[in-house]
Formats: sequence, C-alpha cells, structure tokens
Amino acid sequence: MSTATTILAMSDGGYLAAGWLGAIVLVGGYALMTLRRGRKLSRRVPEGERRWS
Amino acid sequence: MWRDAALVAERDLRVELRSRVAINQVAPFALLVLVLFAFALDPDTGVLASATAGLYWLVVLFSALLAVSRSTSIDEVDGIRDALRLSGLAPAGVFLGKVAAVAAQLLLLEVVLVVAVAVLYDPELGGFPLMIATMLAATVAVASTGVLYGAVVSGVRVRDTLLPVLLLPVLAPVLIGATKAFETAFGAEGLHGWGWCGLVSFFAVVYLVAGSLAYGALLEG
Amino acid sequence: MSDPTDSIDPFDGASVPAHTGSALTRVLGLSALAALVVWALYGLVWSPPDREMGDLVRLLYVHVPVAILFYAGAGITTAASLLWLRGRTPGWDALAVAGAELGVVFGALTLLTGSIWGKPTWNTFWTWDARLTSTALLEVLLIGYLAVRRVDPSPAGGSVRASILGLLLFPNVIIVHFSVDWWRSLHQPATVTRLDPTIEGDMLVALMVGMLAGALVFAWLLVHRFRVAWLEQQVERHDLDAAVAARRAEGGLSPSTSTSTSEAQPA
Repeated sequence: MSTATTILAMSDGGYLAAGWLGAIVLVGGYALMTLRRGRKLSRRVPEGERRWS
Repeated sequence: MWRDAALVAERDLRVELRSRVAINQVAPFALLVLVLFAFALDPDTGVLASATAGLYWLVVLFSALLAVSRSTSIDEVDGIRDALRLSGLAPAGVFLGKVAAVAAQLLLLEVVLVVAVAVLYDPELGGFPLMIATMLAATVAVASTGVLYGAVVSGVRVRDTLLPVLLLPVLAPVLIGATKAFETAFGAEGLHGWGWCGLVSFFAVVYLVAGSLAYGALLEG
Repeated sequence: MSDPTDSIDPFDGASVPAHTGSALTRVLGLSALAALVVWALYGLVWSPPDREMGDLVRLLYVHVPVAILFYAGAGITTAASLLWLRGRTPGWDALAVAGAELGVVFGALTLLTGSIWGKPTWNTFWTWDARLTSTALLEVLLIGYLAVRRVDPSPAGGSVRASILGLLLFPNVIIVHFSVDWWRSLHQPATVTRLDPTIEGDMLVALMVGMLAGALVFAWLLVHRFRVAWLEQQVERHDLDAAVAARRAEGGLSPSTSTSTSEAQPA
C-alpha cells in the first residue's frame, strides 16, 4: 500500500483520493448496474433474437 | 397557418376569459410570491430594491409554469388532441396560436407585476424602452418554450411535477438575460442590457421556430 | 414487476450465457482496463505536480476527460434523436437513451471532481464558475430527459417526446453555455478551471492517456447500455405479442403472425 501512502502524503492528498475513488466508484458502480440489467433482460429474450455473441 | 394560429389563440383566450384562471389564481399567486420575498429578505436594508430585477423575473417564471400548465391542460380533455389532429389545422399554427394566448396572459401579468414591484420594493425604475423590449422578448421566449415543453409532457400523469424540471433549466438563460437587462434599465453600469435583451430575443426566435417544427410530431405521438 | 426469469426461461436453466457481452466488449473492456492502469500511473505517480496547483492538478486529469465525455454523451443523445425522428429505427432510440444515461453519470462525475478540486483551491465546494454552472444546468436537462422516458406509459409516444427533448438539447447546450459564460465574465475574468495551455511533458501525457482511457471506458459502457436498451425493446415487443395472442385466443381466433420483426419464435 505504499502507493496509497504516497498519494495521501501529497499535498491535498485527501482530495485527490476522494476524487479518484469517487470516479472509480461512480463509473464502476454504474458499469456493474448496467451489466446486471443486461443479464436479467437477456434471460427474457430467446437466444435467436440476440444479435451479439 | 396564421389564420389557424388566430383561431387557436382566440379559443384559448376565450377559455381563459370564461374560467378566469389567470385572473383568479395565477395573478394572486404571483403577488403572493412577491410578498413572500419580502418576508424572506429584509425589506429595510435595501436588499429588495437592489434585487428587484431578479425577483421580478423569478415571479414571472413561476407564474408562467402555471399559465403553461393551464394552456396544456385545455387540450388534454378527452378527444381534443384527436380533434386538433383531424381538423386540418396546421400544427405550427396551433402552436403559434397557443403561444400567442399564453404570451398575452403573461404580458398582462407582467404589467401588473411592474406596478406591484414599484410599490412594494421601491426600486429605482428607469430605462423604459429597454424594459419594454425585454418584457416583450422574454414573454415570447417563455411562452414559446413553455407551450413546446407543455406538449412534451402533455397527458403524462406527473405532468405538473415534470414540467418545472424540464422548463426551468431551459429558461435559465432567459432569467439571466432579462434580469441583466432590467438591471441595466434601472441604472446599473457595465451590464450590456441591450445585448442581453438581444440574447433573450434570439432565444425567443429559436423556440418559436423549434416549436413550430416539432409541434406536429408531438400532436401525432 | 416481479422478476420473470424463472417462469419463462426458454432454456430450462441450461448454461447458455445470457448477458450483453461479446467479442467487441471484451476487446474494449480489456483495453479500457489497461488504459486505466496507465492513466492512474501517469496521473498519480509519474507526472510532476503543477507549478501553481501542486498535486491538485492530478484531479484535473480526471475532471477534464470526464467533462468532455459528458458533452459527448449529450451529443450522442441529440444525434440519435435526430436520426430516430427521420427513420424511426428503434436502434437510434436505444442509442439516445444510452447516451443520455452515460451523460448523466459522467456529468455527475464532472461536478463531483470539479467541486472536490474547488474546495482546496477556492476554499469552497461550489463557486458559480461558468463551467461548473453550465455543467450543472445541463446535467439537470439530461436528468429531465431520462425522467420523461421513464414516466411515459406508451412506448411509441414516449420515443417521440424524448426525441424532441433530445434534439432540443443542442440549442439548449449552446445557449446555456454562452449565457452563463457571459454572465460570469461580468464578475470574473475568464474561467479559472482551464488548464494552463502550455501544459507539456508528462502532464500532457497524463491528460492524453486520461482522454484515451475515458473514451475506452465510455465506449465499453455505451455498447453495454445500448444493448440493454435494445433488449428492453425486445422484451416489450414480446410482451406485446403475448398480450395480442392472448386476446386473440380469448376471441377464439388462432394466434396470428407476431408484430415483431424477428424470425425465431420461442420453442
């Protein structure tokens, strides 16, 4: 975790961490949500009608 | 198209005259908000006088929400939309007619509000040509945007809560422009009042055109 | 609505994968991950602190790409709305909603990183800086767009309304941007959130890598979200078919051809 300590040791490290972590959480969370919706919906559509593989 | 517009404007205004919603509800609401602003802000320290331009246009915007909602609901009555579609009236004409009706009501309200604000807030009024030009431009801008977005949310159950969310952010530039123009008219320096009035006019033209083009699709959909 | 995956699962629980992934998304996803790692390294470790801002500039390596992608999302929605209005192909409608949702996510991120950057810089989380204010207004516009899509009962009518809204994003964005800019310029010199245009060296690399990584992530998300929207359309069409068939059965008629354009019928 030396990277983490390096980052936090920077000036305003707390803000940096908040910003980058926020980005990861927001985008990552949305990605997970979308993938889950995709799976749920895919199960309801017969295979022949899906156009990707 | 212009005859269709006149027809629709006449109908909308006649409905309004008969029901008197604007007179009995929208105007009192507007005056009430003006008074409430005085309660929220200290009337003695001159804050009201210096903020008059912005507060005035805020009240106009909120009242416009009611007026637009009312204008939209006229056509939501069962069968009216189909009747409009089948009547052969040009959709752009219907749109412009409704805009004219809403604009007329708003203009009347704005004049009343100018008097009210002059009395209640005691600002330094002035620059009447700019004031009048701004009022005309802003009214058309608000009315055309309102009627268009009213049609977008027409028929939806949550229409009354959805309309403000859609309309207010779009009208933010009009609020900024009209306020700055009024402030210039009242004597503030360096604010380019006529420039802002121009921006508001541009906005009005954009939405007049956009609404005329889009109204047909919205009537069908 | 209860999850119907069990009752109408056509594969009887067989192990055929059901998801929105494909070769394309795997490639995009892996490249995005790689780019993200490089971005983090450049942004947080390898690039030097700024002369004036110090280490805070590293937040801008997130903020700037994300802001651009926010506008990209809005732009996609507008373009897709226009294309849908002209041809009424459902695919454009799906793209429009995908672009809007991505726009909202990246817009929120723009505002978040902007505020976080603002706190140590101006000692306040919010300042009526032109860029932040415009972004906030446009974010609300996009949220309104999604709200309209969500409440409309009839799918056909909903797409018309939404596409008009999507189209209107274009003049709205422009007008809002310029009026807010002009408004703030009356009180402030030019917006403070601009990066120093003479940015160079490793800092420039960090920014460019950020753009690339952001774009890859955006593309990956867009494909998945588009497919989700497309699947929703399919499901709706199937529900409609089922309802129509049920009505016909009630009326004693034989089930007719489906209203969907698909060829494969459920077994």
